[in-house]
Amino acid sequence: MSVNETIASEAGRPEETIIPVKDPVDEAADAQSAPVEEGKTVGKPNVEDPKFKLRNVEVYYGEDRAIKDVSLDIGRNQVISFIGPSGCGKSTFLRCLNRMNDSIDICRVKGQLMLDDEDIYASKRDVVELRARVGMVFQKPNPFPKSIYDNVAYGPRIHGLANRKADLDEIVETSLRKAGLWDEAKDRLDAVATGMSGGQQQRLCIARAIAVSPEVILMDEPCSALDPIATAKVEELISEMSESYTIVIVTHSMQQAARVSNRTAYFHLGHLVEVNETNKVFTSPEHELTESYITGRFG
Amino acid sequence: MQTANLLPLVLVLAVVAYGLAYMRSRAVAAPIGGIRNLKALPTYYAARAALWCALPSLLVLAAWVGFEDRVIQGIVIATLPPDTWPESPGQASLILSQISNVANGSLNPEFVPEHIAGAASVLETVEDQSHNFKAALVLLVAVAGATFAWTRVSPHINARINVETTLRRIFFVCAALAVLTTAGIVFSVILETIRFFNRIPITEFLFSTSWSPQTAIRADQVGAEGAFGVIPLFTGTLLISAIALLVAVPVGLLSAIYLSEYASKRVRATAKPVLEMLAGIPTVVYGFFAALTVAPFIRDVAEAIGLEASSQSVLAAGLVMGIMIVPFVSSLSDDVINAVPQTMRDGSLALGATQSETMKKVIFPAALPGIIGGILLAASRAIGETMIVVMAAGLAANLTANPLESVTTVTVQIATLLVGDQEFDSAKTLSAFALGMLLFIVTLLLNVVALKIVRKYREQYE
Repeated sequence: MSVNETIASEAGRPEETIIPVKDPVDEAADAQSAPVEEGKTVGKPNVEDPKFKLRNVEVYYGEDRAIKDVSLDIGRNQVISFIGPSGCGKSTFLRCLNRMNDSIDICRVKGQLMLDDEDIYASKRDVVELRARVGMVFQKPNPFPKSIYDNVAYGPRIHGLANRKADLDEIVETSLRKAGLWDEAKDRLDAVATGMSGGQQQRLCIARAIAVSPEVILMDEPCSALDPIATAKVEELISEMSESYTIVIVTHSMQQAARVSNRTAYFHLGHLVEVNETNKVFTSPEHELTESYITGRFG
Repeated sequence: MQTANLLPLVLVLAVVAYGLAYMRSRAVAAPIGGIRNLKALPTYYAARAALWCALPSLLVLAAWVGFEDRVIQGIVIATLPPDTWPESPGQASLILSQISNVANGSLNPEFVPEHIAGAASVLETVEDQSHNFKAALVLLVAVAGATFAWTRVSPHINARINVETTLRRIFFVCAALAVLTTAGIVFSVILETIRFFNRIPITEFLFSTSWSPQTAIRADQVGAEGAFGVIPLFTGTLLISAIALLVAVPVGLLSAIYLSEYASKRVRATAKPVLEMLAGIPTVVYGFFAALTVAPFIRDVAEAIGLEASSQSVLAAGLVMGIMIVPFVSSLSDDVINAVPQTMRDGSLALGATQSETMKKVIFPAALPGIIGGILLAASRAIGETMIVVMAAGLAANLTANPLESVTTVTVQIATLLVGDQEFDSAKTLSAFALGMLLFIVTLLLNVVALKIVRKYREQYE
């Protein structure tokens, strides 16, 4: 339950108190108190032929409104990164896209969330099928305490993707190759996955996610538990994968967002403040809050 | 003063020592700039004083109480006229009990020889003196200890290290006590078992199929040869335990899975304690429930479908015992399933696994060691259970695999062998120790096997 709790507390209680003292030196406080107009997002939230079409999305944890009227398109085979200070709701929003919020009892999602023009939250929606199409990689590498092979083969097995052992072997090999782990792992496929290094584990989790051939991969701060070298490898991997997958990545590292993503969305206290091409967001942000955040004045 | 009064007095002194040392350490600290300049916090100086006060004096008390009787007896015997000195230990204890009976007034001094009456009055004075000396010595040691600790409240002496070391030793003694007790029990059971095997050959005990422990008390008694074949008892035990586990493992495990993975928080908060209450019901209550409700019901059902059934049956005892041990399986399994990190569930669900697939393929293997532990605990409860079996399954040592017949178990036999007036060196009573030893070995083997299984199949998460 601890993960649920962290998420609930991270996104649950946005403080909307306005700091009364206007100290000209304290620009951070000044920027944080700058008004965000609800439902108004500057930049370009819409794209042609989107993979996800999200309109007026609101997420509630009990009485707390964690996501406030967010509308956004996510482009096909693009990388979009969600940035913003802790507790701004970016992870919560990410978890709506494959309905991972379902396991939190008090969480309710409102609005229209469409994946290829099908409603994600339709009452008859098959969550298993949705999650097979929208894979996810978590903040902390979470390989199963099984062998490397069984980790990658887990998804294909439960979805019946391989009829024969040879097919399964091939899926495992391709996935590990795509995740750049094949050379390191091919001689120890039977070894327990939890014995690998953190970076290897995270790449294994990526291999596990792509083994079921998803269309979208959601990544929730995938590099925050990794060292710089492992981070570089994962980022390289994200760039390679962007050709064939739609990737949504939540990150605290603005350099990472700048390096890997086509578009960047800035969240603040549950609002989507600004979305645009990544270079636009980082070179000429339109909103004053975005500018304060990326220049490091608060966050 | 009696030992019972002395104990609380020492504790009170220890508390006083604690308070005084605490105040003194503050007083010592005040002129040198506060307690930050002491080597340890005032509570440590205080605790050291309390330990110095209580521990040595309690050790003296324990030693005195341990040797008091023997020394007093020696003194009393020595005061008797030399011609009446006891010749054997048996005679000595006879004389001593006479003396103490006179001394405590349950025997009239006029009915005993004069030297006994004289010794009785000696005994009384010596005991009085002993009590007084004991009280004085113990209190003196306590006060001396406390004073010593009080004088050693000083900014240069680190009381923290002393206190931690002493506490560690106290913990060690407690742990050692438990281990030594176990070792002692095993040792004494082994000795008695060896005595039993001197009378009954071990091969007969292990391989004979008849159990009838009635041995002749008089030489001319009829039909009391005694048969000590353990096989019917063990088949009975295993049969009942197997039925109990057949009930408890599925019910317990599935309810644990429901409670931890599917139930809402509110259901879990009420259902879990209620389920655990099953373990708190006394077994004798389960016993009469089994004997008066379940067993007749099973007999009626069996007869209705044309089977012969005894009114005391393995099935009745096994079913009720199974219900009794459900909480051992469910509660422990529930705990370990909950301990599996949420990230494992998320990882599996995010790949499109259903809740039951996640349970079966990820959570269950990760929780396996704990689940096996719970089942083992339940199994040892089932094997050791006596009351339900006495009441619902009977005392007849039948060698059968039919769950509708009555059987008996190892523990029930141990209980019946030792109930009532028994001579303690007959094969009959000694066989109880052999049964206990065998039961111990069997449960030990069960544990070892389960440990191996767990080591082999566990999936260890971090």
